[in-house]
Amino acid sequence: MLYHDVLIVGGGLAGLRTAVGLCDQYDVGLFSKVHPIRSHSIAAQGGINAALGNNPDSKDDTPEKHTFDTVKGSDYLADQDAVEIMCREAPAIVYEMEHWGCPFSRFPDRTIAQRPFGGAGYPRTCFSTDLTGHVLLNTLFERSVYKGIRVYSEFVVLALVTDGDRCHGAIVLDQIRGEIIAVAARAVVFSTGGYGRIYYYSTNALTNTGSGIGIPLKAGVPIKDMEFVQFHPTSLIGTNILMTEGCRGEGGYLVNNKGERFMERYAPKAMELAPRDIVSRSIQTEIEEGRAFDHELGKYVQLDLRHLGKDKIMERLPGIRHICLDFIGIDPIYEPIPIMPSQHYSMGGIDTNEHAETALKGFYASGECACVSVHGANRLGGNSLLDTIVFGKLGAVAVDRYLQAHSAPPDEKLLMSKKKEVRNRIENVTANGTEKPFRILEELRLTMSRCAGIFRTKDELTLALQKILELKDRYKNIAVSSSKLHMNYELIGALELENMLDVAHVTVLGALLREESRGAHSRRDFPERRDADWLKHTVATLNQDGEPSISYKDVVITKYQPMERKY
Amino acid sequence: MNSTTEYFTFRILRYDAMEPAKEPYFASYRVRVIPGLTVLMVLLRIRDEIDGTLAFRSSCRSAVCGSCAMVINGKLDLACRTQAAAFGSKTIILEPLPNMEVIKDLVVDMTPFWNMYAKVRPYLVRTSPDPDKEIPQTDEERKRIDQYVNCILCASCYGACPVLARNPDYAGPAALAKLERFMLDSRDERPKSFLETVNDEKGVWGCDTVLRCITACPKDVRPTDSIVDLRKQIVKYRTRKLFGKVKNEA
Repeated sequence: MLYHDVLIVGGGLAGLRTAVGLCDQYDVGLFSKVHPIRSHSIAAQGGINAALGNNPDSKDDTPEKHTFDTVKGSDYLADQDAVEIMCREAPAIVYEMEHWGCPFSRFPDRTIAQRPFGGAGYPRTCFSTDLTGHVLLNTLFERSVYKGIRVYSEFVVLALVTDGDRCHGAIVLDQIRGEIIAVAARAVVFSTGGYGRIYYYSTNALTNTGSGIGIPLKAGVPIKDMEFVQFHPTSLIGTNILMTEGCRGEGGYLVNNKGERFMERYAPKAMELAPRDIVSRSIQTEIEEGRAFDHELGKYVQLDLRHLGKDKIMERLPGIRHICLDFIGIDPIYEPIPIMPSQHYSMGGIDTNEHAETALKGFYASGECACVSVHGANRLGGNSLLDTIVFGKLGAVAVDRYLQAHSAPPDEKLLMSKKKEVRNRIENVTANGTEKPFRILEELRLTMSRCAGIFRTKDELTLALQKILELKDRYKNIAVSSSKLHMNYELIGALELENMLDVAHVTVLGALLREESRGAHSRRDFPERRDADWLKHTVATLNQDGEPSISYKDVVITKYQPMERKY
Repeated sequence: MNSTTEYFTFRILRYDAMEPAKEPYFASYRVRVIPGLTVLMVLLRIRDEIDGTLAFRSSCRSAVCGSCAMVINGKLDLACRTQAAAFGSKTIILEPLPNMEVIKDLVVDMTPFWNMYAKVRPYLVRTSPDPDKEIPQTDEERKRIDQYVNCILCASCYGACPVLARNPDYAGPAALAKLERFMLDSRDERPKSFLETVNDEKGVWGCDTVLRCITACPKDVRPTDSIVDLRKQIVKYRTRKLFGKVKNEA
């Protein structure tokens, strides 16, 4: 058995920031299923929002204006007190990352450069060319090296250990040594990322399975607003690799097969820089109404950067150009980029408050796996990197407070019995089944993209629910080639798949029950936002038999009464 | 079926450090390849549909996370950005990154790589107090470190380096490029004497300057440039020291 004061799961921005915040006072162990630098934070491109007022066009920007834009962008589902905190913390967070070495792009006056982003009233997105996640993650990893944080790379978390009231640690699999290990800890923090990979078309890394949400769900922790899934307007056709919103922030156009900048019809003022939910629906509508281009990889519209010119593309969007050349053989300096919307971000997640606290004592969550909620029904571009670092930092403060007040040691018996349970589960998965994990996964992902995508209906969601129940049933007969624990990716995939099925289940259930359209949740059969009935968060739990149940809780409204969203 | 569909043979070097008695061997897999299919997608398909025990790392599948560097038909590259049909051959040979121990199949133990990385103090060193806002930097100063900032730490250069093949104590291209990224950063205040830590055969003088690292880099970083520049900085520092022009920096 291993022991740490604090066990952090996930080596992306949120996990690293929490570790950096706690390592001076506590024995911290950071467990990650990939080396921290491979975490999906690395792939964020466009930037991080903070009302610094560095841009000549944003001199009178304030955290209050950032708060309002975020609340409006969320279609009023975000908790306004939490959004206020995030936006107020933003400038300090960005300066702190800069002081720790983050190489932001610069304005001529030697300040951090800021670009316009969707749904924002001012250019407040701080960036480093189009590799902002890459530089932020490197900076925080560098900080963790400086601090000498103990990192357990390629350790996969399989279960949370709880007595129903308090968290005692987790059970992990050391992939390299092939050992199941109980890790006792007085506090556990999950920063495990989103659940994008339950969808077929997704910009997410293969590792973003949402398993880190399914694990606490199974352990009785409530999860929130799972039906709110963001579809990014611009992913490369075929591979669905992200083409940053920064492309449009720098002035890129969206064009249909008639040569029209069609956003004029949907958001005449904001045009291409309307929030993502609106732009994605607009593109999907263009596709459905026959104004898209055809390609063997699917229907698409064009993201045209040519008018920006070679210099601006090379300077501001070099990563995008590199990806286009590598993956579709197109140079955006000379040709428009073929794009389609695809799953991008998980607004929903583990139900937390602004201190990263969950319903389970000693268990915390931050980053994309958590739902504070600061993004509500639709996240604004540039707010996810901010969310990870702000709530990583505030989570560390809350864990510190908790550890000072609670000194009870973890229950080792409980840990050992959970370890045995995990071992049994692995034996079941590697017994003589007939269902290949990848088949179930592929059917799940196709179902989610087809039936729980940009536009939803009762019929499609019902179909999805039936399919998920069928897949859950088939999962009982799962077959993995080898029962070895050492470097057995197929086994890990199969174990994660069980959690993915639960995550998909509550996502679809939440979507089916929510009979309104709000932010990224768009019901064709209920096209209006219905505040009287639905201005509330969806909360999902699993009962003893693994059956989900849904309840609701109020949205925190401070200053901003819900209004119609127009852009 | 698509008319351009073809069958390819993937020969993958397999070995399991947990079973050292079993010699490394090439396993062959016949896979249908459609245009646009990357080597990583093929690997995922082999693991899903043909052999669930195949081990390789992957994550972002968009050439930014650095997980899937390997040797593909003799060339070091990321499997995710390499088109299966890019070679004039229907046989594709996959081998793990050289200069590191194999854990299983295409997964290597990167511990030595990360140890070298940590040795160069890969973080911004400051002695001045932090200002209230950002530390001022011109765009020109920022651009000076651009290529080194772009490094994704995939270890392709480490695998390609002929010096590391004969001297495992050599710091290697990525670590030295990382040091240069901080030495060139206008905000970094580490003493010039820090250069002494790489002023030997394990450091900048170990490099053969045969530029294999530059060829191998999937992100157009030029580690050799950093090594050559660090050498210049060392000579300059040493000369100044010789003439008593270096302040006591301890």
